[in-house]
Amino acid sequence: MTAPIPPTVVLEAQHLARHYSLKRGMFGEPATVRALSEASFKLTAGRTLAVVGESGCGKSTLARLVTMIEPPTAGDLIIDGKPVHLDEAPGHDLRRTVQIVFQDPYGSLNPRQKVGTILEEPLRLNTSLSAAERQKKARAMMEKVGLRPEHYDRYPHMFSGGQRQRIAIARALMLNPKILVLDEPVSALDVSIQAQVLNLLMDLQQEFGLAYLFISHDLSVVRHIADEVMVMYLGRPVEFGTAEEIFTTPRHPYTRALLSATPTTEPEKRRERIRLTGELPSPLRPPRGCAFHPRCPFAYEPCDVDTPKLLKAPGGNADVACFAVQGELL
Amino acid sequence: MPILEISNLSVDFRTVGGEFRAVDGVSMTVEPGEIVSIVGESGSGKSVSMLALMGLLPWTATITADRMMFDGKDLLTISPRQRRRIIGKDMAMIFQEPMSSLNPCYTVGWQIGEVLEAHLGLNKRARRDRTVELLELVGIPSAAERLDTYPHQMSGGMNQRVMIAMAIACNPKLLIADEPTTALDVTIQAQILDLLAKLQRDTGMALVLITHDMGVVAETADRVSVQYAGQKVEEQPVAELFADPHHPYTAALLSALPERATTRRLPSIPGVVPGQYDRPTGCLFSPRCDFATERCVEKVPPVQGAAAGHALCHYPLNQGKPVGHPGPAAILDRRLSA
Repeated sequence: MTAPIPPTVVLEAQHLARHYSLKRGMFGEPATVRALSEASFKLTAGRTLAVVGESGCGKSTLARLVTMIEPPTAGDLIIDGKPVHLDEAPGHDLRRTVQIVFQDPYGSLNPRQKVGTILEEPLRLNTSLSAAERQKKARAMMEKVGLRPEHYDRYPHMFSGGQRQRIAIARALMLNPKILVLDEPVSALDVSIQAQVLNLLMDLQQEFGLAYLFISHDLSVVRHIADEVMVMYLGRPVEFGTAEEIFTTPRHPYTRALLSATPTTEPEKRRERIRLTGELPSPLRPPRGCAFHPRCPFAYEPCDVDTPKLLKAPGGNADVACFAVQGELL
Repeated sequence: MPILEISNLSVDFRTVGGEFRAVDGVSMTVEPGEIVSIVGESGSGKSVSMLALMGLLPWTATITADRMMFDGKDLLTISPRQRRRIIGKDMAMIFQEPMSSLNPCYTVGWQIGEVLEAHLGLNKRARRDRTVELLELVGIPSAAERLDTYPHQMSGGMNQRVMIAMAIACNPKLLIADEPTTALDVTIQAQILDLLAKLQRDTGMALVLITHDMGVVAETADRVSVQYAGQKVEEQPVAELFADPHHPYTAALLSALPERATTRRLPSIPGVVPGQYDRPTGCLFSPRCDFATERCVEKVPPVQGAAAGHALCHYPLNQGKPVGHPGPAAILDRRLSA
């Protein structure tokens, strides 16, 4: 694609990692959970990076780091040109740049606040606007996300799931952020409502030039909305490339298995099934070498010894962390 | 002879705001050895109709039906005692949340053994052997050691396998799976669906699969029944349903799937499923329908013939075109409140 203006990088992450230490009794050694390691990516204005993977792969940890809810254990995070330091709390204007929409619209809105109050809260805390100006902004945003003016005085329980997700999106946009982290924004919604919310997200991205970090496990949604895709397994990115490339020519055995396991309504799109046996290993005791090798149908000698690095795969543009792909065996 | 025959089943709940009809005149038959899928969005009554069949609804529910036959027995007149002999033995059910459906206080071996004791009266030794056999059947590795584990010590996928083992313990003739894979990851979902299909092939039982995932339906079911707001709006064999949906709701639902999208903007269905207080007159889908006319608002639609997929519609679609429709001029503006 040729863009008229060079794309603006609004967020850059280098080798991000987040480890948690778990206390195990009075005498036990504390255990370390490596929830996220070696995550490097860039977010560009007006484009969507999707992070896909199954439970426990570190997607939500990544969201918590990018939104500065938690500091990274290692690695660099540069948001809007300003580095986020590991030890000191980020400033208000940095926080305003990144906003988040959560999965469950029933749990993320305060049931005791009216829609108007919910939307004006970010302005009240972060700006010095007067009450009248705040209300004007809130009403303007409500119109943008498809809520009617009379909804201003209603409580969250009076809305359906799709409407609540619109409220959550409106709240996230009140401070004109540059980056929106969407943590499974449509997985709690029905298909017909999901389409409405996805359309809204695409419209808003175009209008405000937002960079999206779209976290999802639903590959058909990701294929539709994403420009770039990062596939994660047990805390590590295993494949990173454009959506087009990942979905047409997946390289990593895990990506292939994930794509082939997704049920499709179109028989001609059905792929040859790669059946994964076994379960996701515990992040407390990840397997030696490549974390995927115990479930991998293509595992060979180096796989249980070394951890493969995320490198550009021969014969393609995507980065793949797999010995078999890098050795051109696959 | 069909193993299950339901005709004109309705379920009403007594609520503070008056009667609420969750299931409205649903009919279905299931032949032995068949996989029938009930698909619909939340609030379409797909779970409630099957819970009514199992006798698992609370006392606030009133069940009415013209006919409800399972394996030659009339479930409408059956005594609770007789029903308990069938439920869990000839007719079993798997639920969505394996973690909350299993009892956290007992080992999985004990919980499977309980079924075997209640229905088959097996002694301790025989129960243990059969439980190990069942756990192996559902693909749990080192089954004998897993007997003494508690549900919290296993993953969601493993717990769902335990639920399946429990449901098939007495070789049921009909297995009802209510969203069996919704809480699971994609790769585990594929394993569980394969397992259910394999068990169904090997034992010849009938399987009713309740789901909202169109992809799961397309890859698993033989026949599909689509529900909307408590009514069955369409029923077709699986390939035909996806190739040529006859009810406008089915058609709209299919085109709203991102994987079927031809444009970047997804065709969405405006509005939401009607609730207790905003039930429309005439056709329940009319406020959201692209083809609704005066007649749709005034008159309850008829059930069309088998060629039109038993569609509950005045103008069933044929290759995307409404049959007998008076033309675009008669289409009403949407009267949506949402």
